[in-house]
Amino acid sequence: MILIKDNLCDFCGTCVSVCPPDAIELKESEIKIDDTCTECKLCVYVCPIETLEFVE
Amino acid sequence: MQALRLCLSDRNSGVCRMKEFYDVVVVGGGPAGSVAAWFAAQGGASVLLLEKNRDIGPPVRCAEGVGHDGLKLIVEPQPFFIQNRITGVNLIAPHGKKIHIENHDFGYVLNRNVFDHYLAELAAKSGAEIRTKSYASSLIFENDNVSGVNYSCLGKEFSVKCSIVIGADGVESRVGRWAGIHTQLKMKDIDTCVQYTLANIDVDPKNCDFYFSSKIAPGGYLWVFPKGEGKANVGLGIGGEYGQNESPKNYLDRFIADRFPEASFLTTTVGGVPTAKTLKEIVKPGFMLVGDAARQANPISGGGIVSGMIAGKLAGQVAADAVQKGDFSKKFLKEYEKQWNKAEGNNHKMFYRLKEAVYKLTDEDLNKAANAILKMPPEKRTIVNIFKTVLVNKPQLFVVILHVFKDHVKEVFDPLVN
Repeated sequence: MILIKDNLCDFCGTCVSVCPPDAIELKESEIKIDDTCTECKLCVYVCPIETLEFVE
Repeated sequence: MQALRLCLSDRNSGVCRMKEFYDVVVVGGGPAGSVAAWFAAQGGASVLLLEKNRDIGPPVRCAEGVGHDGLKLIVEPQPFFIQNRITGVNLIAPHGKKIHIENHDFGYVLNRNVFDHYLAELAAKSGAEIRTKSYASSLIFENDNVSGVNYSCLGKEFSVKCSIVIGADGVESRVGRWAGIHTQLKMKDIDTCVQYTLANIDVDPKNCDFYFSSKIAPGGYLWVFPKGEGKANVGLGIGGEYGQNESPKNYLDRFIADRFPEASFLTTTVGGVPTAKTLKEIVKPGFMLVGDAARQANPISGGGIVSGMIAGKLAGQVAADAVQKGDFSKKFLKEYEKQWNKAEGNNHKMFYRLKEAVYKLTDEDLNKAANAILKMPPEKRTIVNIFKTVLVNKPQLFVVILHVFKDHVKEVFDPLVN
């Protein structure tokens, strides 16, 4: 699954823009990844500050 | 005529006197959305603009640079939203040599917070209603036509019907997906970026610097945009495909530790910049897409403020026209797409090919090109002469350049052969 290190997320939306199934929802100061996530890890790779982490 | 019901909700929600129907609902209050709302309202449409954040303006995820000519297309440059005036640009090759280009009217470093507010005020003065803390969660459809927006504001759910939704939700571009447009970016078409506003640094306040180097910013570039004496936006973007190895933050921190070791950090900003060419499809029945959401930023510079505003103006005007004629079909709204392609979209196709070509060059290629250009007297450094010089030094690039300029072969090559 994709872990969000909440204290790091700046809610910039870069991850949202590359997510193939549109699994990421971003409000002003909230981020959620729903269960349509396919664990492709593009979000992990593209995050500017390594907020997202893939764990088995 | 649409039924108009004024809905007075309780005072706690802070939302009052909402209509249930507007001609146009704009999702997103950045420059593209505000200008779309402004021109739609100016053209006689009733407009609601929804912004998810609590403010129009912050957070500023932007280097804040605009060209003078581009800005003037939409608004008159005014001191109150300008932090600094730029009269020159330095392109810095990997080996550190600078190519300087001087232009009295190059552009400005804006105060985006003030600027965004100003654009929203222009929309408001034209009759658009603006709501902040209003998060759009889905679209409403009537058959295949987009016919409204569901949104929440301060814990309450709302539905608003409309004839046209304009999606201006920035790099995330979710609204477009809900309308059935494939907006998701490939990794090579996004720059992942980090920027700091630094104080107590030594910068030339009149010039913007652009550093090209695979060691400093692979697949992208580093910028220094001065805001005045001793202060600048210093940031970089790396190509998305490089993010897996190392974050842009690491690249930027290394550069700053080396060049600006005494810097103080006034802001920290992160974000993604689309470097794609405009999406193939930016209209659907009852729906239009503008700005970064439509991937209308300049593919090579990543600049999106001016292109977003141009698109906003065109979309707003076509939307107002559609309202007057009562025609919200994809065919009618495609007039916006046509006008966008003519104004900027077709050029972006060429810039996109240029971007791909430039980023295939090695640092050594860039250094050789820079050396060749530096041998030219400054007044002779036109695009044509630059390419002529580069070609003489690296003929293999000829094929690349032919490909990049394939739609403009006559304009580019006439001066080369004559």
